[in-house]
Amino acid sequence: MATKSLKKTGNELADANRQLEILSNGIFKNGELPTFADKIKETQQFPLRPRKLEILQINVGYMCNQVCDHCHVDAGPDRKEIMTWETMELCLEVIRNTGAHTLDLTGGAPEMNPNFRRFVEEASKAGIKDFIVRSNLTIIRANKKYYDLPEFFKKHNVHVISSMPHWTKGKTDKQRGDGVFDKSIKALQELNAVGYGMPDSELRLDLVYNPSGAFLPGDQASMEKDFKKALMEDFGIQFHNLFAITNLPIARFLDYLIASENYEDYMYQLVDAYNPMAVANVMCTNTISISWDGWLYDCDFNQMLGLKVNSKIKHIANYNEEIINNRNIVISQHCYGCTAGAGSSCQGTVA
Amino acid sequence: MFPVRNWTELRLTISLDRNKIIAKMADSYYDPKDLRKFGKITEWSEELGTKFFDYYGKVFEEGALTAREKSLIALAVSHTEQCPYCIDSYTKDGLQKGITKEEMMEAVHVGAAIKSGATLVHGVMMMNKVNKLDG
Repeated sequence: MATKSLKKTGNELADANRQLEILSNGIFKNGELPTFADKIKETQQFPLRPRKLEILQINVGYMCNQVCDHCHVDAGPDRKEIMTWETMELCLEVIRNTGAHTLDLTGGAPEMNPNFRRFVEEASKAGIKDFIVRSNLTIIRANKKYYDLPEFFKKHNVHVISSMPHWTKGKTDKQRGDGVFDKSIKALQELNAVGYGMPDSELRLDLVYNPSGAFLPGDQASMEKDFKKALMEDFGIQFHNLFAITNLPIARFLDYLIASENYEDYMYQLVDAYNPMAVANVMCTNTISISWDGWLYDCDFNQMLGLKVNSKIKHIANYNEEIINNRNIVISQHCYGCTAGAGSSCQGTVA
Repeated sequence: MFPVRNWTELRLTISLDRNKIIAKMADSYYDPKDLRKFGKITEWSEELGTKFFDYYGKVFEEGALTAREKSLIALAVSHTEQCPYCIDSYTKDGLQKGITKEEMMEAVHVGAAIKSGATLVHGVMMMNKVNKLDG
């Protein structure tokens, strides 16, 4: 189990360019597998273009109380990239004027940003229809100052989406660290106690599942049924939806794939499971991702790979939705992760 | 000491070499890469191949048994049949369905119990014969 980020340990995969190099070499360079661009050309979907903007996803910082094995952000306690209040103010200006119906705060653990609460309070006044905070759950139990987060979320009608890799302790702790399962269960019970995740409750609580190893997620609906049954029977926990997300071959997961000699097999799995129907609804077509320092990306994955939007507007300081939406989406081989099987996005399957 | 950059290169190279070695073993009976070619059996007999894969797909759909239960049965049978391709497939399928390693191992034991039981129950035949000839 990792305790430090790739960046902190000086791992070469902390370098986005090195990751992109690996993703373009080997089996993709020698023609064994088609590049993502070639693949979407087969169905005349190249270049990939945005549809109507629906989601603004803001990454308020890479600091996290956990160091999960497969984190695409390479987040951890040692990451110091935190969105400043000045950048948050620029974001708020955008949130007040956007045509997007969903605001999605992510990290790291977004709650660790010192201005998180102030930002949520201001953003919730903007009248956005769906206001999501991606919480890792354990943060709620990490320190007394976070204990009231369920009430805080409730007060601002925040839609909570939380990671939960499995309904058993063994598989969860293997991926996310010792003790994570017990703390997550406690946090879910606390969220339930204030009304989150209860049937017919407007306080939305969804879980995100991503596989613990070099395999693709199973059928989302079946997994949801299994999760609901197990969490109810074992802990009396309820939640609304389960989103099954495919691990993309970047950052720590790429490091794991290479170290465990699963890289090639995994890329074959992704390419074999390629679904052109998923391409049409892939999340970069309705999302803009904003980094802690205000740069704009097609998605959170491109953010981690340093692939800024292909537009003359690249920073939130000059934000113009119309100009940004008229762009070609930046792609590489990691994109196969979002088009495998039923597709994958921060909101689960797309096809 | 290599610069850190070379370690990943080295691991990738080892991984590629390993696959090259496996590819060179094409004259052995089992090649992991052949599993991906399974669908090609249809090319030499389209009607039968298509019928088989339609049937196969239908069998594993949710029915009176869940897809999860079917996956565990398939895993147990894969072991009793000692089919490497099937073990590869249904181990991965189990992981994808959230089946735990404990559940998988219990399924394998079910297969093993039936295999050993099937051997041992023939002991009764041996006992009958002994009793008849030398009772």
